[in-house]
Amino acid sequence: MNKLSSYSIRDIHKAYRDKTLNPRCLIDQCLDRANKTKELNAFITLTPQVAHEQSLRCQERLQSSKKLNLLEGISVCLKDNFCTENIRTTCASNMLKNFTPTYNATIYSKLMMAGACLVGKTNLDEFAMGSGTVDSIYGPSRNPWCYNDNWRIAGGSSGGSAVAVSSGSSVVAIGSDTGGSTRNPAALCGIVGLKPTYGLVSRYGLIPLVNSMDVPGVFAKNVDDAAITLNCIAGPDDLDSTTIKSAFKPISIKEDFDISNLNIGIPKEYHCKDMSIEVIECWQFVTDLLEKLCKVSCVSLPHTSVSIAVYSILNQCEVASNMSRYDGLEYGLRAKTNYSTEELYATTRSQGFNNVVRSRIFGGNYFLLRQNYEKYFLKAQKLRRLISDDFENVFNGDNKVDLLLTPTTLSDAPLYSDFTAKNNRDQCALQDYCTQPANMAGIPAISIPVKLSKNKLPLSLQLMGPALSEELLLNVAKKIEALVNFPVLEFNQYLNKN
Amino acid sequence: MRSKFLYKYLKLHKRYSSQIAKKWQSVVGLEVHAQLNTESKLFSGAQNTFGGLVNNCVSLFDAAIPGTLPVLNRKCVELGVLAALAFSCRVNEVSTFDRKHYFYADLPAGYQITQQRAPLANDGVINFQVYTPGVHKKPYNKSSMIKQIQLEQDSGKSLHDIELKQSLVDLNRAGAPLIEIVFEPDLEDGEEAAALVKELVLIVQRLGVCSGRMEEGALRVDANVSIRREGDPLSTRTEIKNIGSVRGVASAVRYEIDRQQSVLENGGNIINETRMWDAAAKVTVPMRDKEVVQDYRYMPEPNLPPLRVNLTTREDTQDIISVPLISDRIPELPAVSRAKLIENHDLRPEIAIQLVNEPALFDFFNNLMNKKRNPTKVANLLLNDLLTVLNRRKIDVNNCTISVEQLDELTDMVLQKKINLDICRSVLEEIIGNRKSPFAIVDEKGWSLVTDSKEITEQCKRVFDDNPKLVKQYRDGKVKVLRALLGILSKTSDNKLDMSVASKIMEELLRK
Repeated sequence: MNKLSSYSIRDIHKAYRDKTLNPRCLIDQCLDRANKTKELNAFITLTPQVAHEQSLRCQERLQSSKKLNLLEGISVCLKDNFCTENIRTTCASNMLKNFTPTYNATIYSKLMMAGACLVGKTNLDEFAMGSGTVDSIYGPSRNPWCYNDNWRIAGGSSGGSAVAVSSGSSVVAIGSDTGGSTRNPAALCGIVGLKPTYGLVSRYGLIPLVNSMDVPGVFAKNVDDAAITLNCIAGPDDLDSTTIKSAFKPISIKEDFDISNLNIGIPKEYHCKDMSIEVIECWQFVTDLLEKLCKVSCVSLPHTSVSIAVYSILNQCEVASNMSRYDGLEYGLRAKTNYSTEELYATTRSQGFNNVVRSRIFGGNYFLLRQNYEKYFLKAQKLRRLISDDFENVFNGDNKVDLLLTPTTLSDAPLYSDFTAKNNRDQCALQDYCTQPANMAGIPAISIPVKLSKNKLPLSLQLMGPALSEELLLNVAKKIEALVNFPVLEFNQYLNKN
Repeated sequence: MRSKFLYKYLKLHKRYSSQIAKKWQSVVGLEVHAQLNTESKLFSGAQNTFGGLVNNCVSLFDAAIPGTLPVLNRKCVELGVLAALAFSCRVNEVSTFDRKHYFYADLPAGYQITQQRAPLANDGVINFQVYTPGVHKKPYNKSSMIKQIQLEQDSGKSLHDIELKQSLVDLNRAGAPLIEIVFEPDLEDGEEAAALVKELVLIVQRLGVCSGRMEEGALRVDANVSIRREGDPLSTRTEIKNIGSVRGVASAVRYEIDRQQSVLENGGNIINETRMWDAAAKVTVPMRDKEVVQDYRYMPEPNLPPLRVNLTTREDTQDIISVPLISDRIPELPAVSRAKLIENHDLRPEIAIQLVNEPALFDFFNNLMNKKRNPTKVANLLLNDLLTVLNRRKIDVNNCTISVEQLDELTDMVLQKKINLDICRSVLEEIIGNRKSPFAIVDEKGWSLVTDSKEITEQCKRVFDDNPKLVKQYRDGKVKVLRALLGILSKTSDNKLDMSVASKIMEELLRK
């Protein structure tokens, strides 16, 4: 049992072929784990019936066909901002608490087609606005590492998905990543978090935060599993006009991948003052390891420090716009008032959204006013271009590098009590510092766990590459994964506590 | 009658006021929304139709269900480009979409996707002729510049039940494709505005871009009106919405100009507001819910990449439309049709305008002129007799069921003087809504004209016998009484004699 939760997708498939395991059994164990770890609050909705039906169909296919898709019989969970037909999709908000979509997000359709089994919908910050998975109407998700009464946050906003994978309730999970929402909780929970190139994976059915930056993300226990999942979900989609039109070439992870000709860049601006010494040491540790295998150079991304402010403006503008559909008329919460249409809107929206959402709507509408548009929105867009150009320059200019190596977060997982002492906005500014520029530029990035801090908590690093460099990115991540030999979370840690 | 009177009154009024102050000038600019004739909506696969079962042509996207995304309908771009080219616009190689935000129950997303910053096309022109029978003696040429043409979504429809204090929303129209055509304010009065709209309707119909049915809201006109004293700066403008017909455009604009003039002459101020045309009461009234100046908080639509078109070659791909290929599809436009009518058939300009203004009549005319016939007579038959009969029966000429074959026979009979125009109208009445042959009807009813001189001579003699006094008067030199005699002849023969032949014969007989 304990061993199973460390199995990779290929291990599981070998067990399926050897008949030492079957999909139904795997799903049962995942659901069992989810039920035993309820306290971690990874899930908003468990979907045992769906998972069982899907796993039975997998079993039939296992018996009848020889060549199986690698996701066949693999448990998966979705962040609760991906629409799933006949399964409620709440965005962890009162506004959508009663919302059951009549359609499937493209990503879920693809996973189902590949034979994956949905165990549940996972917790998030309301409408994905946050970096801790603490602002959910269903309460915060808890980090399974060093779990005790003084527990740590899971990171966010896709914290539920990260917890589900790290605690063994699901083999892989899907999150969304707008400013780091996949990589940040992956880093804090000690698993792999992949943010693909913008447009590589369809957003159809993902309830948006910032349309121009949102990307579905992948959580997995290892780089191989992340690559397998990406191969399933990537590719053009007629239903999302922003997907990259050319056909997707599946990524292959090579055991003997040669990195000796690579040049890895270390951007000096990522050394920020709030970064913990342990994180810096961890970064140095991997840099030293890599220097023995390939070239490592110091590079500059001069606009990094403005990224957070720019992100804050663009985020709020799109939020103000995207949220204007929640008026209580067609779906979702409708306040009990009939004085006037305006009154109905106002009451519905004030009951439906938390303070974080409401303040972002407020800010965004201010930035978009006729007299402010040029001063804020347009300027922010210009700066976004400069940030994006920074990456363009280090990847293509003189002394170009192939990939960039940075920390993912500024520290290990904060205590819930410490984290909530600061407000949502300040926390986002802090937590997203290293992850958010990749969203500005639309480039792929991956967070990989490296070692444990003195608190016995995961410390992770991030690799970023040019647009559509996923193959290189994942192969190098795999190399680092092999070098650092990050420990698996001992589930007993959690059980012993209880 | 009423308009003639008003016209005279205005003329007098102008003359009077110019003695104390400089003349008033009015400036009118139009914004026209035309629904595109496509199977599906602008960004969704839902059916684009008028009069469907309530809330039955609504996709998830049209209802703004979270997570859905817009996918641009290629056909809409083609029709938009076709219209832009017909108005000599500069089609933009790259155009973009914007969100325009406002809260309204029939706007489910809380924003409309439009093209505010970089529209599909700019800088066009529409040339038209202004001629309203009874207002203008002769047609004159006018043109209005087009500032931009943009693609955008239509909204749904709200229905308010005052008694139940309920609002109901129908989203069938939500997301339907529109082009908005923004004209420069270069018109002078309501008649010019109406003539522009009429020409616009004709053009979009010819192009197959829009049904042009104003009564269904397929083409909607907003008019911006402001006035000034000659040489002075323009006063504040007002916008008139909800104009549902071509004549409505003329009346609404005229009303608004008069209203502004009287407000200013009485020392008042014009406020920048949106007014609604009340077609029944024939007045413009302020629209209450639009009084507050809106800030639409425009923002680029992040879910749609820029729209690119190929301006130079005929290479057409799934994602990039070839503009030259669309340019090949432009049919003959109304202005050319009018010029041809004048050139080839020697018609007077006002006749040409009236014919082209009614596409059904224009088609009839072209069909009837396949035989060698007197064009003016054919045109008159259509514009006077056919239209009169249809109007009497309250039938729209475009829904006229009379076939070309029927008209062909009828025209032959009229031009060959087998029947006169009175009979012609009676025949038209008989053939509406059926396939009967006019020959057969005339035959059956015994309506054909008597041209046989023998019979006419006999009838004349009978009239002479009955009216010896008049005959004597004529022969004494009072030749005027010929007309009285002819009148009696026409009456006694039940209107069935060819009177041109009859008058010759009668005159000859009297001179004997």
